[in-house]
Amino acid sequence: MTLRLRRIVENIGIPRLIIAGFLLIIFITAYITDMSVPQLMTDSLVRVGMNGILVLAMVPTISCGVGLNFGLPLGVLSGLVGALISMERNLKGFSGLFAAIGFAIPIAVVVGYLYAKLLESVKGQEMMVGTYVGFSTVAVMCVFWLLAPFKNPELIWAIGGKGLRFTLTLGNHFGKVLNEFAVFQLFGVKISAGLLGFFLLFCLLIYFFYKTKLGIAMLAAGANPVFARSAGIDVRSMKAVGVVLSTVLAAIGIIIYAQSYGFLQLYMAPLMMAFPAVAAILIGGASLQKATISNVIIGTLLFQTLLTTALPVTSRVIQGDISEVARLIISNGMILYALTRSTGGK
Amino acid sequence: MERSRRVLEMKGITKQYFGNTVLNDVSIALCPGEIHALVGENGAGKSTLMNILFGMPVIHTTGGFSGEILIDGEKVDLSSPAAAMQAGIGMVHQEFMLLPGFTITENIKLNRETTRQNALSRLFHSQSLDYLDVPTMRKDARRALDRLDLSIDEWLPVAGLPVGYMQFIEIAREVDKKEVKILVFDEPTAVLTETEADRLLGSLRRLAADGIAILFITHRLDEVMAVADRITVLRDGETVARLNRDEAVVERLAELMVGRKVEKIDLPPRHKDPGEEDLALTIDNLVVNMPGEMVRGLSMTIRRGEILGIGGLAGHGKLGIANGIMGLYSSSGRVSKNGDDIPLNSPEQVLLKGLAFVSEDRRGVGLLLDEPIERNICVTAMQAQNKFLRSWPHFLPGLRLENRGEIRAYSDEMIRKLDIRCLGTTQPVRSLSGGNQQKVCVAKALALDPEILFVSEPTRGIDVGAKRLVLDLLVRLNREHNVTIIMTSSELGELRKICDRVAIVYRGRLAGILPPDASDAEFGLMMAGGVRKEAV
Repeated sequence: MTLRLRRIVENIGIPRLIIAGFLLIIFITAYITDMSVPQLMTDSLVRVGMNGILVLAMVPTISCGVGLNFGLPLGVLSGLVGALISMERNLKGFSGLFAAIGFAIPIAVVVGYLYAKLLESVKGQEMMVGTYVGFSTVAVMCVFWLLAPFKNPELIWAIGGKGLRFTLTLGNHFGKVLNEFAVFQLFGVKISAGLLGFFLLFCLLIYFFYKTKLGIAMLAAGANPVFARSAGIDVRSMKAVGVVLSTVLAAIGIIIYAQSYGFLQLYMAPLMMAFPAVAAILIGGASLQKATISNVIIGTLLFQTLLTTALPVTSRVIQGDISEVARLIISNGMILYALTRSTGGK
Repeated sequence: MERSRRVLEMKGITKQYFGNTVLNDVSIALCPGEIHALVGENGAGKSTLMNILFGMPVIHTTGGFSGEILIDGEKVDLSSPAAAMQAGIGMVHQEFMLLPGFTITENIKLNRETTRQNALSRLFHSQSLDYLDVPTMRKDARRALDRLDLSIDEWLPVAGLPVGYMQFIEIAREVDKKEVKILVFDEPTAVLTETEADRLLGSLRRLAADGIAILFITHRLDEVMAVADRITVLRDGETVARLNRDEAVVERLAELMVGRKVEKIDLPPRHKDPGEEDLALTIDNLVVNMPGEMVRGLSMTIRRGEILGIGGLAGHGKLGIANGIMGLYSSSGRVSKNGDDIPLNSPEQVLLKGLAFVSEDRRGVGLLLDEPIERNICVTAMQAQNKFLRSWPHFLPGLRLENRGEIRAYSDEMIRKLDIRCLGTTQPVRSLSGGNQQKVCVAKALALDPEILFVSEPTRGIDVGAKRLVLDLLVRLNREHNVTIIMTSSELGELRKICDRVAIVYRGRLAGILPPDASDAEFGLMMAGGVRKEAV
């Protein structure tokens, strides 16, 4: 019996058990203190749908052998440019959303390819180099936001008429279109089938990608490059495919994130974008070598629910806000924990 | 040489690794000024004996050894390399242990620097804070280099020196130690060119003339004959002979080194014996740049339907042949199958030509350790030959997904046919035993439907029973499916057991091809570069 129990614990993994236990305590506390549990769940699910694709973007780089994609801001910036083009043309609603994605993808493909070329020359240090590539590109793009030839008065500073604003309201464009699509109630919990469905659709697409010849070649290249070479797989181009795919997912991810948030944040906002996504997938049980779709879903669910519920509940109980501190401890602690272990967050 | 005095005696040394006896009652004795050669095949126990002499931790962490070591007639306890150095034993390693950014002097004097006191070191009574006495250190280094007849400047950095010089610097470092009485050379000429090797042998003689006892480990018999005063031959962990040089002849040494009973098993007959007129593969002037196993211009032909063995000592390039042809290491030359050139340096092209490879590095190259058995078996055939795929959905013909049913069925069939002991097709291969992992590797190669199969070190690291099974499997493939097999192995015994012909590789070239029933002396000589002989 104890052996069986231990096996179950090993399968789920201690970090997940701790966080799930912590979540349970939070929900119980919320119930006792007369907070609306369905409301907390509604908010959590929105956060899950909002962040899911960004977390999913970690999967291709891990499985092709590059590791966690700390260069996620590159994809995020491509997505932002795509969204801006869509807004500049005053496209509204779903057409605005899909146009944004449509404009972002080619940009992300090019950016991802260049990023992959760069990573080729720093084999073994992709994660560290990726972090700094992300940081420096965000800074370079700050200059771009100021100089970019956007003319739509909604986008640019009101005074002076030059340069993009810090935060752009999406309300008139494609803000919340997915969030408010096909919403239904279940036990008082509002569920947006549009938002969650979109996330799950991408999970499904990636799942099928790993059943294709190309996807399996990429997995093999990541699991054992020498094996892959001996099977006639071009390891270098598999890594490029992984990085491009990850960048494209990040670009789509930020557009979904922004539409859900209702605002498009420019300048320094994308700087730290990679870290919550990295933390989520590690909490989900992925390692630096292996990540599955279920890691993405479980990780996003646990991490985002924790972030959403910890703030209101703790502030109610201890009359203070420790959620930001808790978020930093958990997300960065989790990253640290995973990086020091070869098997990752197990 | 003083025959009467013994500077080193190792008596009745026995060592077991995990119940496996690797040295059995080995004794060896050295007089001052003697060059004593220790010869034996790979795995004969030479390195273990030296590890014991040098007090390496690997010996003591695996249960120590029995027997005793005497230096100058006194029993000593060599429990660490430091103790061995203290006792006057110097070791010149096969791999260089030099700091490239440091000068020759600094490398020679490392951690034994001569120093001068200064105010700070006087204040703290600490030698660590002394100045280095560079002029004295240079003088010492110069003297050590001169003893080796090496004219190179002692202030040059080591980085960028030719490989041959690095070996001499290693030696100079040992020679510079005042207390050194015994010097051990572990295959020092393995990486040297012939002139460098000659020079090294000259230095050995000079050092011996100074009264240092030298233990010289090698498997190059010509060198043994050139410098050794006495010779000890090890085989399978036992001393098989102790000879004076005047008693030794190369042929006899070779026979002693290799000789072992070859258990003859009756191989199943063929319909038609492979012959010279029907060739499966022609290799012409193959050069493979595989570190440690360089192939330097090898030519040979492989007959259709035969099992060809490739043997030779470690480092002579036998492993490079298959790795080069399969495109895993950069290579040049001409390889043709049925008169059709095989493109080199391109694994996918080679796989399409009907060649397959079971690598010697099972865990590193052969398997995806954390993936299930079925994926390991099928992924190469899927990627290289588009097997195990299906179009889905039907309106998207370009999109092809893995065909789970077919993969499962084929893997089940292989598990049954090759008798892979496992819990099912989805078990990760990491948790299989070595022998079963090897069978997965073979199954992977079979999924490619090869006409020609390269198998390297198929029995390395697997237990005796499993070895037998793997060899039987290869014979069965050859007889029943008419696969031409090229098997590379360090174990001459198993090559002679199942092969039709055995090719011996020496210094990256073909030394000759022998029938499996050739005498031990012929195999030994060829492996040690004694003679060159063309194909039978």
